[in-house]
Amino acid sequence: MARQGSRGGAESKKMSSELFTLTYGALVTQLCKDYENDEDVNKQLDKMGYNIGVRLIEDFLARSNVGRCHDFRETADVIAKVAFKMYLGITPSITNWSPAGDEFSLILENNPLVDFVELPDNHSSLIYSNLLCGVLRGALEMVQMAVDVKFVQDTLKGDGVTEIRMKFIRRIEDNLPAGEE
Amino acid sequence: MAIFSVYVVNKAGGLIYQLDHYAPRAESEKTFGFPLELVLRPHDERVLVAFGQRDGVRVGHAVLAINGLEVNGRLTADGRDVLEFLSSPANFPVAIRFGRPRLSSNEKLMLASMFHSLFAIGSQLSPEPGSSGIEMLETDTFKLHCFQTLTGIKFVVLADPRQSGIDSLLRKIYEIYSDFALKNPFYSLEMPIRCELFDQHLKLALEVAEKAGPFGPGL
Repeated sequence: MARQGSRGGAESKKMSSELFTLTYGALVTQLCKDYENDEDVNKQLDKMGYNIGVRLIEDFLARSNVGRCHDFRETADVIAKVAFKMYLGITPSITNWSPAGDEFSLILENNPLVDFVELPDNHSSLIYSNLLCGVLRGALEMVQMAVDVKFVQDTLKGDGVTEIRMKFIRRIEDNLPAGEE
Repeated sequence: MAIFSVYVVNKAGGLIYQLDHYAPRAESEKTFGFPLELVLRPHDERVLVAFGQRDGVRVGHAVLAINGLEVNGRLTADGRDVLEFLSSPANFPVAIRFGRPRLSSNEKLMLASMFHSLFAIGSQLSPEPGSSGIEMLETDTFKLHCFQTLTGIKFVVLADPRQSGIDSLLRKIYEIYSDFALKNPFYSLEMPIRCELFDQHLKLALEVAEKAGPFGPGL
């Protein structure tokens, strides 16, 4: 995880993204051994990502001076330009806005998670980087946004780019902190 | 300059962490003859001074020890009722230690959830739209500073009214929370924080804040 965060000058803890990539690879491989079909692996990755996301959001908010987003476009900008940059060292581009402004795509030119991966034929339905979907979903849920996240294109499956589609479902009103509209 | 206590309240109003960062206030011990020159009354499992102020003993102080033995709520160390014990002349002269009662963990929980509601009331009562909840509450002897994160966790710091740099201290505590509580895989969300590293770093941050005053950004 090449963290380029604002931990501040000499103190910043950067690490090689290769360590993260390899660890993630080991995790996926193990899950593929543990579960019989790829659907279950996808589900587990999403669940793990979710659990990471609900914690990661606090780290993100504590370190960046990002305020509350009142528009999904703002959210998209923060995710692509601040969060992805901070934790993965990449800046995805934002495209394909739906007319209602409640759906967009993140285009990842180079996904650090798949740096060394070739997907074997018998894992055609495995969504290798599905952890990211869970992370995005969990983190946004903690700031009161229910969002649907999924991969619609993947370079591992022969697509030209990797595309994550994000769809805003609703504001979660029930546990809105006091003083926030 | 001093920082007195830190409270962390989860988004449901539950107290998940509390730290007192000061030595107990001066306690006074005095030997009394019969009859006692103070009026004592029982209150919430404690015996308090209701009237009569002398030699550092003040109204509101609780009986902490009798003849050097710590009292156990309203009972003496050997299990007798404190008030009964003090009403019998045979037990005099007696040395009683008085001091300000410390908050029990139950009381802290109650106060934390009360503040949670006050914070919400603050934002609702506001004549201006888009108001936050209570960010600072000032008294003669301390200031309470509250920082609520976007996810609804509140960090509350009680400090000397003249203490500066509390805003950056609150941000720093948030960072410590995200590093040493949340990244601990054995810590479950919303539950009380019992993490040694969190404790250590928090105490360190409080000491630095007390000494240096304001933090630099991102320290």
